[in-house]
Amino acid sequence: MKRRLTFSIPAALLTLWIVAVPWSASAQSMIRIDGSSTVFPIAEAVAEEFQIAKRGKVRITVGISGTGGGFKRFCRGEIDIANASRPILKDEMEACRRAGIKYLEVPVAFDALTVVVNPKNTWVESLTLDDLKKIWEPAAQGRVTRWDQVRPEWPARPLVLFGPGADSGTFDYFTEAVNGKSKASRGDFAASEDDNVIVQGVETNANALGYFGYAYYVENKDRVRAVPIVNSAGKAVMPSIEAVTDGSYEPLSRPLFIYVSEAATQRSEVRELVTFYMTEGPALAREVGYVPLPAAAYQQALERFNANKLGTVFGGVPEVGVTIEELLAREGKL
Amino acid sequence: MSAHSSIAPFLDPKLVREGLARRKRLDQVFVVIGLIVMLSCLMILTVLFVDLVRNGAERLTWDFFTNFASRRPERAGILAAWVGTSLIMLVTAVCAVPVGVAAAIYLEEYAPKNWFTAIIEINVTNLAGVPSIVYGLLALGLFVYQFDLGQSIAAAGLTLALLILPIVIVATREAIRAVPNAIREAAYGLGATRWEVTKDHVLPYSTGGILTGMILGLSRAIGETAPIITIGALSFIAFLPEAPFQREFPFISFGWLDDPFTAMPIQMFNWVSRPDPAFQANAAAAGAILLGMTLLMNGIAIWIRYRYRKKINW
Repeated sequence: MKRRLTFSIPAALLTLWIVAVPWSASAQSMIRIDGSSTVFPIAEAVAEEFQIAKRGKVRITVGISGTGGGFKRFCRGEIDIANASRPILKDEMEACRRAGIKYLEVPVAFDALTVVVNPKNTWVESLTLDDLKKIWEPAAQGRVTRWDQVRPEWPARPLVLFGPGADSGTFDYFTEAVNGKSKASRGDFAASEDDNVIVQGVETNANALGYFGYAYYVENKDRVRAVPIVNSAGKAVMPSIEAVTDGSYEPLSRPLFIYVSEAATQRSEVRELVTFYMTEGPALAREVGYVPLPAAAYQQALERFNANKLGTVFGGVPEVGVTIEELLAREGKL
Repeated sequence: MSAHSSIAPFLDPKLVREGLARRKRLDQVFVVIGLIVMLSCLMILTVLFVDLVRNGAERLTWDFFTNFASRRPERAGILAAWVGTSLIMLVTAVCAVPVGVAAAIYLEEYAPKNWFTAIIEINVTNLAGVPSIVYGLLALGLFVYQFDLGQSIAAAGLTLALLILPIVIVATREAIRAVPNAIREAAYGLGATRWEVTKDHVLPYSTGGILTGMILGLSRAIGETAPIITIGALSFIAFLPEAPFQREFPFISFGWLDDPFTAMPIQMFNWVSRPDPAFQANAAAAGAILLGMTLLMNGIAIWIRYRYRKKINW
């Protein structure tokens, strides 16, 4: 009997504690970030450095729900900042409006979509948008299967394609830029949400062609070869930090954004984080393989943020090839 | 004596010896096949483990355990991930094991055999085969939104508890069924009630099997990624949940149940898909540690089982 008591008393106390001790909400302030996997490396770097700078007084969490998933949570008020590799779309604006969530759109860096081929590929010196369209348009499905069908002077080798999956913002932007319609693409290519799989695919097949974000190219320069893209001025341009910054690598370079909830901007630590983003962000973005915006753009974006300019400058429709200066001069819309 | 003549050839010593030798050979063949199968399973595990350790060797330092995730692969660690995984496993075990064992005891020892229990039995067995993502979706609706637990350790632990509940129930039932009926009858014969029979005889005898089921369940849960991604585990988190043990009264805190988290498989997945190839070493090291955690859990179960077995003497 005694033995049983010694066991049951702690057990009863434990149960009491579970019931009686209220789950204390954490006293420290927390900034919740979620969204695009493309923006994640930048957000992670900024969060890491900001927390160090604040000596642990501010806690930041960063999730990867994808741009669309991030906006869904953002418009339900579950997170403070949404990472986005494309501007907010009409139905997402509508969802936010219905929930009464207002937001500020802040560009944080550029990404350059990079088209790559196998290093053994000696025939492709550059690609025009027309070439890319011939390869990737929906009508090419099952028909354009050899390199000589794109340009007759190229060899009659099979054309093997790799690309990101349909849930990716990279896919959305590339199809918009090349085929003129977001998500319009041929379906008969090896798709993967993991860009490392695309790197591997192109590396191991001499006839392969693929595309992904610039960061993956930077880290794998010895495994795949980037193809210069002919821009609207008729010049073939290699993706590089300089070419993206001066605007000559177009239309495959795109701005990346964070969307900050207006309610969250009432909190001083969120304002500090955005300021930190605009001042320390450029160096951090470069470090993780992205292209920083021009210095003046960060300055201007911060001014817009401090002036509480609400809404998106895209009006809910995807756009390709707009310069950052042009974007920052526009009026926002909620 | 027609019967005698018909079995006579089988009694011929020579034939009997030959038949016996042939059957013994078959026996030997089976032993060899079994050994080969077992060794190849072990070899695959060993190769996998060695490969992970070799690829991740440079990261397997003490710092790896005490550092948070970072954009720099050499500075990135798994502190938030292993703490998150351990706490989730704690919640999962605390929720799934008592409920699972109780359900199994009821079904085996108490429940009348009728159509109702038959339906329950079929359902429990079917639940063990439901894909984990389905549990994730259920948990997202139920725990995260309905019960308003949010993206917390409690929600993740409950989700995985649901996932392994059928495994625990099925394994416990098998263990209880293996207890010889003579023992129950003897206890009843001495005037024990049903609960006394269960508590003093059935449960102690089946503890080994129950623990095996529990560990099988937890080993499955520890590697699950899909359901906890569905309920919204984070990828970057550089702080720990509230400590379960506090310095001042009431000494134990349950604040951690409500905290956001990340887990080992998610951290691994994140590293595998990073642009910088140096992160692959981190992923390999995290994989080796995850495997080590599973082996450690198994080791503890074997030890407990061994201790229980020593105590039993009928």
